[in-house]
Amino acid sequence: MGRRKKMVERVTTLMNEPTKIRNIGIVAHIDHGKTTLSDNLLAGAGMISKELAGRQLFMDSDEEEQARGITIDASNVSMVHSFDNEDYLINLIDTPGHVDFGGDVTRAMRAVDGAVVVVDAVEGTMPQTETVLRQALREHVRPVLFVNKVDRLINELQVDAQEMQVRLGKVIDHVNKLIKNMNPEKYKAGWRVDAAAGTVAFGSALYNWAISVPMMKKTGISFNDVYNYCKAGDMKTLAEKCPLHEAVLDMVIHFLPNPLDAQKGRVPVIWHGDAKSEIGESMTHANPDGDLAFMVTDISVDPHAGEVATGRLFSGSFSRGMEVYTSGTAKKSRVQQVGIFMGPERLEVEKIPAGNIAAVTGLKEAIVGSTVTTLDGMTPFESIRHVSEPVVTVAVEAKHTKDLPKLIEVLRQVAKEDPTLQITLDEETGEHLMAGMGELHLEVIAHRIQRDKNVEITTSKPIVVYRETIKKKIEPVEGKSPNRHNRFYIFVEPLDLEIVSAIKAGDVSMNMPELERRQKLIELGMEKDEAKGIVGIFNSNIFIDVTKGIQYLNETMELVLDGFEEVMRAGPLTREPVANLKCVLVDAKLHEDAIHRGPAQVIPASRQAIQAGMLMADDTLLEPYQKVFVQVPQLLMGGATKELQGRRGIILNMTTEGDLAIIEARVPVAEMFGFAGEIRSATEGRAMWSTEFGGFDIVPTSIQNEIVGQIRERKGLKKELPKASDYLSM
Amino acid sequence: MLTFIGLGLFDEYDISLKGLEAVREADLVYVEFYTSCLMGTTLEKMEKLYGKKVILLSREDVEQNPVWLNYAGDRKLCFLTGGDTMISTTHVDLRLRAEKLGIETRLIHGASIASAVSGLTGLQNYRFGKSASIPHPYESRRGTKVISETPYDIIKQNSELGLHTLVFLDIDKEKGYMTVNTALELLLGVEEKRGEGIMRGAAAVGIARAGSESPVVKADYAENLKDFDFGKPLHILVIPGKLHFLEAEALVKLAGGPIGFMKDVE
Repeated sequence: MGRRKKMVERVTTLMNEPTKIRNIGIVAHIDHGKTTLSDNLLAGAGMISKELAGRQLFMDSDEEEQARGITIDASNVSMVHSFDNEDYLINLIDTPGHVDFGGDVTRAMRAVDGAVVVVDAVEGTMPQTETVLRQALREHVRPVLFVNKVDRLINELQVDAQEMQVRLGKVIDHVNKLIKNMNPEKYKAGWRVDAAAGTVAFGSALYNWAISVPMMKKTGISFNDVYNYCKAGDMKTLAEKCPLHEAVLDMVIHFLPNPLDAQKGRVPVIWHGDAKSEIGESMTHANPDGDLAFMVTDISVDPHAGEVATGRLFSGSFSRGMEVYTSGTAKKSRVQQVGIFMGPERLEVEKIPAGNIAAVTGLKEAIVGSTVTTLDGMTPFESIRHVSEPVVTVAVEAKHTKDLPKLIEVLRQVAKEDPTLQITLDEETGEHLMAGMGELHLEVIAHRIQRDKNVEITTSKPIVVYRETIKKKIEPVEGKSPNRHNRFYIFVEPLDLEIVSAIKAGDVSMNMPELERRQKLIELGMEKDEAKGIVGIFNSNIFIDVTKGIQYLNETMELVLDGFEEVMRAGPLTREPVANLKCVLVDAKLHEDAIHRGPAQVIPASRQAIQAGMLMADDTLLEPYQKVFVQVPQLLMGGATKELQGRRGIILNMTTEGDLAIIEARVPVAEMFGFAGEIRSATEGRAMWSTEFGGFDIVPTSIQNEIVGQIRERKGLKKELPKASDYLSM
Repeated sequence: MLTFIGLGLFDEYDISLKGLEAVREADLVYVEFYTSCLMGTTLEKMEKLYGKKVILLSREDVEQNPVWLNYAGDRKLCFLTGGDTMISTTHVDLRLRAEKLGIETRLIHGASIASAVSGLTGLQNYRFGKSASIPHPYESRRGTKVISETPYDIIKQNSELGLHTLVFLDIDKEKGYMTVNTALELLLGVEEKRGEGIMRGAAAVGIARAGSESPVVKADYAENLKDFDFGKPLHILVIPGKLHFLEAEALVKLAGGPIGFMKDVE
C-alpha cells in the first residue's frame, strides 16, 4: 500500500494549488468506451494495477453496472499526472451514456470545467454524442475529443492508411459542426476541436494507446507507424511508445482550463446572483478563504458514514465541524467528514479548498442540486437543467405490508440520490408513484431498491406521464377563501413558447436580479408590466402579480404561490403536472386580520381560481415524445418504418450509409412500450436503435377524451369531467 | 330561525340567561371552537347544563359546506361561539348566507375578550386603536418562512397616535395555542429585522385565562415579559400606547408593572 499512500500525499498537496487542478468529465454515446478509457487512465496514473484495468471496469463499482456492462451512475476519482515535469491533480467523473441516465451527465457537467468527448471511430457521432455535448456547452464546459477504437477501422473495416485519415477527419468535422451549431460564440472563441492544435487524440482505450499531434512530436511516432503497428497486431509496443494516459492527460492538462480560469466564465452561467457581491467575487476567483459555496451534484450512501454529498466547491474551504446552510431549508447542518474520491473509495482529508470536487457527510438537508454555503441568504446556484423530463411512471408497492414504512424511507432516499426521479404519493389511491426518464431508468431503480435497500417490491406496468396545458386566454376568475372574506382575481393564458424555452434553458429564473430578468422577458416579447410583476416560476409556468398598492398582499403572496404550485403539480383535468401556463393576478381583496387571511384561507382561494380558470381556458393534454434512431440494413428498412408508423410515429429523416439505412423518427412515448421486442422481430434482429427525449405535443383530439378517461379512472377520480363551477364555491 | 350566541370567556356558566334559554328551546345546537374556545369547560359539561346534544362543527363545516344551515328553515337552530359571537370571527358571512336563504337571524351577546382586557388591565376602552393578530409563522413549500409583519405595522400606526393595541394570538389545530412569550419573541424578531424602534423598550401587558377564577395579568417591558411564565392558555397581549396617569397606576398596582411606567404619562 506504499504506493497508494504516496499517491494520497501527492493528491492532498495538489488540492491546494488551483492552477494544478483539472476537473474533467468523460462523456460519450453508449458503448463508445468511456469507462474503459477512465480505467486505463487510472491505471496509467498508477491508481490501479495495469493488469486489472480494461477487464475490471473499475469505475463501474455497482454490480448492476458490471452485469449490464454499462455505466449507470457517474463515478468520481482523483489522480495525479506529470506534465512537463510538474504534477497535476485530475478530478475525473465518468458518466453514463445511456439516455435513460442522462440526468447524471447533466449533473456531472456542473461539477467539471472540461470534458473529454469520446467518439467511436467506426460509428462516428451518435445521437447521444450530440446530447452530452450540448449539456457540456450549456454548462460552459470546454470539450476536447478522443476518437476511440481506431484499431477497429484498420482491423475490422480494413481501411488503408489514407482512408483512415480521411475517416478520422470526418469524425472531427462532425463534432465541430455540432459545436458550431450549438454555440457559435464559443466555437469562434477557440472551442472547436483541432487535431493540428492538439485538442484531438486518437487511439484505442482497450489496447491502451493514443496519439495526438503533440504526442507525435514528442515520440516521433507517425500516423503511418500507428497504422503499421495495428496492422501487424502489435498494439502492445504501441501502448509502450504512446501510452493512452499520457496522450489524453497531456491534452487535458494543456487544453482544458484550471478552476481559476474556468470559474471566471462558468460562475455567471450557473449562478445569477450579484457578480459584484463578496460571494460573487469569491466564486469568480475560487477564493479558498471566502464564504463557502458548494453545489451538490451527487448523493450516495456509504454503509458506514451514511449519506455522502459530492459536488463542486466554487468558493471557501470545507473542513470538519463547520456549520452550513442548505438552500431551500431553514435548518443548519454540521459537516462531519470531508473527503475526495479514489474510485469507489472515499478518502478523508482535513480540508478541501475551492476549485475541487469534494465529498462530504453530515449535510442532512442536502439533495442533488442544493447549494451549501456559510453565507445566510446566499442566492442559490441555478438548478441543474435536465434535457429530459420524467415521462414514464410506475406504481411501487411493498411485497410485504410490514415493509411499508421502510419503503417510504427508501423511496425518499432514492429520490434524494437521483433528482430526475420523482416520487409522489397518490393521496387518492395511497400508491407511491415513481416517475423517471424511461423504462430502463425505472427498472434499474426498482432493482436497486430490492438489492441495496433490501425491500421487496412489486411495480405496476409503466404508465406515461402527461402534461396539462391550456389553449386560450380567459377573463379573470374570482377565487374566494373558505371564509369568503378574501378574494383573488386571476386570469390564465398560454405562456409564449419562447419564454418557456428560456425558462427551461435557465435563462429566466427567480434567482437572477429582478432587472435582468425583466429585461430578458421584455426582449422575448412580454409586456413591461407583466415582466415586472413575476413573483413565481414553477416548472415551465409563471405567476405574475400586476396589482398595485394592495395592503398586506406582500406577506400573503407566499400563500398564493403555494396554491399556484399545488395546481402546477396536478392540474384540474387529470391531476397531471401543468406546463406552459401564465397566471396573472389582477386584483385582490384581503381581510384586515392576518389570521383570517392565513394558509387555510388563501391557499384554497388561489388554487381554486387557477383550477377553474384552466378549465375555462380549454384545459388539454400534452403527451411526451421520443426521438427514435434506427440503423438497419436497407433490405429490412420496410419492416422498421412500418413498425415506427404503426406507433403513431412520424419519420423525420432517412439517410443511407453504405448498405445501412438510418431512420430518424418521432414517436409518442405511449406507443413505445414493447418496441424493443417488436423491432427485433420486424428486422430479423438486425436493427440497432436508440432513443432520446423528443419534447411534448398536444394529444390528437380524436383520442384525448379516451386518455383523459383512462387517467381519471386510474387515479380514482370521478368519471364525469370537472367543470369550472366545481371549483367556484357558492 | 338561526340564533348566534356568544358563550363568554371561560366556562359553560359564562353564557347569558337569555342565551341559555334560547339553547334550551332550540331544536339543534351547533358550536365551533376554531375561532376561540372555552378552556374551562367541555362539550359534556355544556350538554349537561343545556340538557341538549351539542354538535361540534369543524372549520370546513362552517366555511365550506354549511349544509346544516338549511335545517334552520323550519327549525330553531343555535350557533355557539366563544366570546361574543361576531367579534374577531368571520361569521358575518354565515349570517349573510342565512339571510340569502331566507332564514331569520338574531344575536345574543356574550362577554368578549375585547372588553375584558380593559377591565383586567385598567387600560381605557377609549384609547385602543386597531386590533391585530399574530399568526403562527408559516413555512411554504419553497422553504420560505413567512412571519407576518402586519401586527408590527398596526402597533406602529397605533403608537404614533398614542393608542393601545390589542393583539389576538393564534389558535391552530396543529401548531397549538400561541403564548404571550412566543408572540413577543416574534414581534421582537421583526423589530430586530426592521429596526424601527417600535418594540424596543416598549411596555407590554400579557393576560392569561381571562374569565377564570385565576386570571394572570402581568405588565412589563416587552424584553422582560417574554420570559414570564403565564401558565396555561388562552393568552392575549396588549401593547399599550401613551398611558393616562390612571392607566399607568393600574398597570403598576394591579398588573405588577415596573414603577417606570408612571413617569411618562399624560
